[in-house]
Amino acid sequence: MIGATYRYSRTGRPVLRDVDLTIEPGRVLGVAGANDAGKTTLCLVASGMAPAVVGGRLEGSVSIDGVDAAGLAPYELAQRCGLLLQNASTQLTHTTATVFEEVAFGPCNLGLAAGEVVERVWWALRAVGIEGLAPRDPAKLSGGQGQLVALAAVLALRPKYLILDEPTTELDPAGTALVADALVRTARETGAGILLVEHKTEVLARIADQMVLLDGGSVVLAGPTADVLSDPRLPDLGVEPPVRVRLERDLRAASIELSPALREALA
Amino acid sequence: MPGAETSALELPDYVRRLPSGLYRSLSPLTKLTIAAAEAVVAFGVRGWTGPLVVLACVLASAAVASVLRRIVPFALAALPLVASILLVNTFLYPNAHDEIGRFGPLAPTWTGATAALQATLRVVSFGLSAAVFALTTPTNDLLVDLERRGLGRRGSYVVGSALEAVPRTVGRAREVAEAQRARGLDTQGSIRRRIGGILPVVGPVVFGALSEVEQRTMALEARGFTAPGPRTQLRALPDSRLQKLSRWTLLGLSLAAAAISVTGAVTVP
Repeated sequence: MIGATYRYSRTGRPVLRDVDLTIEPGRVLGVAGANDAGKTTLCLVASGMAPAVVGGRLEGSVSIDGVDAAGLAPYELAQRCGLLLQNASTQLTHTTATVFEEVAFGPCNLGLAAGEVVERVWWALRAVGIEGLAPRDPAKLSGGQGQLVALAAVLALRPKYLILDEPTTELDPAGTALVADALVRTARETGAGILLVEHKTEVLARIADQMVLLDGGSVVLAGPTADVLSDPRLPDLGVEPPVRVRLERDLRAASIELSPALREALA
Repeated sequence: MPGAETSALELPDYVRRLPSGLYRSLSPLTKLTIAAAEAVVAFGVRGWTGPLVVLACVLASAAVASVLRRIVPFALAALPLVASILLVNTFLYPNAHDEIGRFGPLAPTWTGATAALQATLRVVSFGLSAAVFALTTPTNDLLVDLERRGLGRRGSYVVGSALEAVPRTVGRAREVAEAQRARGLDTQGSIRRRIGGILPVVGPVVFGALSEVEQRTMALEARGFTAPGPRTQLRALPDSRLQKLSRWTLLGLSLAAAAISVTGAVTVP
């Protein structure tokens, strides 16, 4: 994204302002920000869904692997840049009998040969680590499992990039850990570049290589994850730093230094 | 690892799901045609013959498909409707004077009772026909078959998600009701209280469903739903020339029977 400024239809106020962003293959770019900072809009614009599906007006440019997103149809965007939204329930079609068929939904839509569909489904399930769920009924999965199935379903289209909008919001700690581990595995095994929007800074601290902070639709902080999450301006920008950062800060304020061993344990 | 028992390109058995048994292995469209023909005959052929023939066919199909016991709850579910049909027709049939007896201002008539029983037979035979179809034809199979025959991916998805929407909406309503109860809403007790407790549940359920529409639309686009060309069909559903011929014959015969009965060209009991 270069100089991306976006307005929804029939509104004058830009929700994104002059955003420059690059997602590197095989790397995870974390995004954080307060409510209404423009994080979801960023996901929609980065994936090309805005304005292609959602409408609105985009200034600046969004290109995916050198191809201008504006010239691509939604099904072409989906094959280049996968999008996963917050609510796992809305990501599933609820018209399939097994997880296998749910993941096959996308490749079947593209009219691929049956053999290739089957091969892609197994590849996606393995990449996310959920081969064991293949025969299960998608309607009877837990929230975390449903989100993983949705992730595999998007991966089955073999996009080079993945955009994830708060995928762990509705998940408990166990589900959050499942999804976070799956993302790390996905980036490693598929080489996909991942843009991950998260409120849970612990997750970002664990898996994001680089981070940006959004405020009022603009990027106000950017850099390596550790640096961004240690920035003292985070609370003022509506983002709670991870526990480790808060603990170190409080201890430093009390003139207590952490030993290297303890620092390593907290990391 | 699941899938290891099949080659990488083979469809797992739990996806292939080939139905077994004489009736179940018919094409979903054939079973749908049978149900439609039974409905035409049950309601189109006057007198006792139509509904009795349909009932006999339904019970035979249910026996062959091994769902005889499972259709009993569907018959029982029709009892309230049956009761109202019997009462209304027996006591209030227009222009009937052959009284069975008199109970104050109410006089049941033989004509009314006959009409009531025939109507009951029609409703029950149609209901059981639909039940046999639903019990022997998975929704997914029907949608795959219809899509293969030209319904289109949009039509197939709309029908499928509409059918799945009912249990999901019921589940969501239950969650909202529990949440509202935790906030002090009284949904038990007198009829008035229960009615008053409906609106705080209906609102969130409806608005929640509407707000999901945009997310579902984007999720579908993210899965290439609007890609041009035909969708890949992974599962091969059974069909044959004989079944195709049978479908057209069955439909034709049922429509002809109804037409003959309605015009009075042939009188049957």
